[in-house]
Amino acid sequence: MTQSVVVQVGQCGNQVGCRFWDLALREHAHVNKRGLYDEALSSFFRNVDLRKSDGGDCCVGGRIQHLKARAVLIDMEEGVVNGILQGPLREVFDSTQLLTDVSGSGNNWAVGHLTYGSAYREAIVNKLRKAAEHCDCLQCFFLIHSMGGGTGSGLGTRVLSLLEEEFPDVCRIVTAMYPSAEDDVITSPYNSVLAMRELTEHADCVLPVENQSLVDIVNKISVMSHGAKPGSALRKDSTVTSGQGSLSPTEKPFDAMNNIVANLLLNITSSARFEGSLNMDLNEIAMNLVPFPRLHYLVPSLTPLYTLADVNIPTRRLDQMFSDAFSKDHQLIRADPKRSLYLACALMVRGNVQVSDLRRNIERLRPSLPFVSWNQEGWKTGLCSVPPVGHSHSLLALANNTCVKPTFMELRDRFTKLYRKKAHLHHYLDVDGMEQSIFSESLSSLSALIDEYHQLDATKARLIPDAQRLSIAR
Amino acid sequence: MSVVTVQLGQCGNQVGQELFDVISSDAQDGQRKTYSSVSRERFFRQTSQGDFEARAVLVDMEPKVINHSMNRAAKSGRWRYAEASHFSQKQGSGNNWANGFRVLGPRHRDAVEELVRREVEHCDVLAGFIPMMSVAGGTGSGVGTFVTQCLRDVYPSSFVLNHLTWPYGTGEVIVQNYNSVLTLAHLYQLSDALLVHENDAVHRICSQQLNLKQISFGDLNRVIAHQLAGVLQPALTPDSCGAYSGNPLGIDWQVRPPPASAGRTSSLTAGGFNASLANLLILRGKDVYSAETGGFEDPAIYTSWLPPAEALSLWKSPVPFDKYEKSATLVSNSQALLRPLDDMVRKAWNMFASRAYIHQYVKFGISEEDFLDSFTSLEQVISSYAQLQC
Repeated sequence: MTQSVVVQVGQCGNQVGCRFWDLALREHAHVNKRGLYDEALSSFFRNVDLRKSDGGDCCVGGRIQHLKARAVLIDMEEGVVNGILQGPLREVFDSTQLLTDVSGSGNNWAVGHLTYGSAYREAIVNKLRKAAEHCDCLQCFFLIHSMGGGTGSGLGTRVLSLLEEEFPDVCRIVTAMYPSAEDDVITSPYNSVLAMRELTEHADCVLPVENQSLVDIVNKISVMSHGAKPGSALRKDSTVTSGQGSLSPTEKPFDAMNNIVANLLLNITSSARFEGSLNMDLNEIAMNLVPFPRLHYLVPSLTPLYTLADVNIPTRRLDQMFSDAFSKDHQLIRADPKRSLYLACALMVRGNVQVSDLRRNIERLRPSLPFVSWNQEGWKTGLCSVPPVGHSHSLLALANNTCVKPTFMELRDRFTKLYRKKAHLHHYLDVDGMEQSIFSESLSSLSALIDEYHQLDATKARLIPDAQRLSIAR
Repeated sequence: MSVVTVQLGQCGNQVGQELFDVISSDAQDGQRKTYSSVSRERFFRQTSQGDFEARAVLVDMEPKVINHSMNRAAKSGRWRYAEASHFSQKQGSGNNWANGFRVLGPRHRDAVEELVRREVEHCDVLAGFIPMMSVAGGTGSGVGTFVTQCLRDVYPSSFVLNHLTWPYGTGEVIVQNYNSVLTLAHLYQLSDALLVHENDAVHRICSQQLNLKQISFGDLNRVIAHQLAGVLQPALTPDSCGAYSGNPLGIDWQVRPPPASAGRTSSLTAGGFNASLANLLILRGKDVYSAETGGFEDPAIYTSWLPPAEALSLWKSPVPFDKYEKSATLVSNSQALLRPLDDMVRKAWNMFASRAYIHQYVKFGISEEDFLDSFTSLEQVISSYAQLQC
């Protein structure tokens, strides 16, 4: 069994991270009835016996003493991290895992990436190394940060480079929160594009999440639960939207949205943590979903977001879960994958679902989904027997789909609107180490990426014949 | 005579456990003592306390499945896996054949060979090896191919029969066609025989013949295990003079191709049905000695390379198998796999033409050249089979 380390950077990254740890604890508590520190727990948590003289980690198999998250928390302001340390999760982190400063990055990527990136390089590497040393077999770093600000976006991507330098063989999966067009940080397009170049060059996979999509989904659930018929109310122990039943009794404003992202991380790692008839490990995700190194932006969609009271859900509703995974309302970025081109798609199913259900739904949905010519049957599937808390089954779809192109084009447009007028540029150029060339290179990187997706899109309408086979001399 | 099974990857370990389970319960229910003792000797060894331990080596790059299989075996009460006969690591092969074949296989070669050697030492007479694996993933396919190569090197005169599970055509792993092509091309050179089950075909059996509404991988695996056990359990061969054939793997699978001649058609199968090179029919249970099997000797279904009487092997066992009063198993070296094989190569080739995912393989030491070699190999196999005519 392998371990993963979560690195949460900036305000947003830490808020989402916090929700993740809360839900992870709840999920394991639900499944782990005997209080034993098992392999599944060890994937995200250390078990520490504080009485031991070496302050040591306990091996798998013993009773749970103190669970510590395999995490590194980084923020250049203290507010959020302090909040975590005073909240119900304080026991789960110790001070050696944290790195904070007081002044923040002023929503400036250059400050995060260059100023703090250099100042704290040593400290960051040390904390990452410490976290890695506690792992028997480290498989993956999960990096969580927003794109629009300064710390998450700037320092977060600096951390990404450091991860690549120091741990080249460990997979880097980045959950990146993209700002909406109406974002109140004026320079968010700059920060996002500067960060994107880093993600394209140094991440193995990126799971882009758009704030607006999260808002829409939360609203949809709210409508459903208020307008719902009796008996079909939102299950109160559902992990998906509320923190109820978890450690924090009062829900903070962004909690519902952050819960969705936290669930994404829980589900993506479920098959690596728990058993099932068809396992899907984290290193299989990049292998199957990234056909060309730079095209590693995977659109996530999660279903069901709400569940009905029945425990034995009849087949019709199970199939609905599959259909929903491909509907544009369930994507975590604003995009319609069915109207674009699928390069690859992974379906990670949890709970009481059999291979026949999977096959039936793939066959049913396949004709309406446009797949690239060289990957007509490109499905990666995983079946994990342990469902998430409060549901009998769930589905996470990860699609490598050209529908990210419009999102990136829009981002580029917002960037160019500002850049053309050189608006706010001096804030960046004033930072030590920052040059205008970094702006133009990041823009080129984004354009090149958009172009690669565009080339693939162009193949959509054309009927591509089978490649001519090798001919064998008789 | 004994057989050592090597279970590789998730599929190999799941199917293998079901196989031993069927064999053990079949041997137990058998009323004929000789059948039971031959079967047991073949697949199990007895500890000093009288427990039956499978003659098996379990290999995987991550521990969950092996743990699960070992627990299930122990729960049966009839048999179990030996405590020390498994090898696993912490992190899987990532569905990457190159990682399995070039990195993980060689890295763990010594450990796996040691486990195999110990199992072989427990055999009075070794009939050969059955590596069990899928061709779609990374461990079964990549490490499995490497292990097969090692078996070949260390035991050059032993028989090696690979049991292969082919994935659903509509995809379980996106790079499954690459992994399959690389595996099959290599095994063709290394193995004595490849016994194939396709998930699609087994799924059809579950839904159409067994009428299962909800089909799980467990169901598929049990069908595979049943069919495979039907081949491997003791049977009387024509030349065994009333004793159970010592070597269950001693089937003459190799049929040399005839000299090339002009004017062969190029459609995949001429006449729309699959020509056979050779067939093995195994009858078990009631009325085996009076069964009418002439149809299987009909020259119309065979190529002209062998006289039909030689092209058909017929084995019988009066002992009912796996609770079926009568059962028949047919193992065919024919064009039946031609279409699936061709589809697999076609899809892999289309993907290769765009070079999709190739960087993932190059990273671990498999080059475009290696891919081309494998494609060439398989096109030759396809061509050979396509040219068969009755």
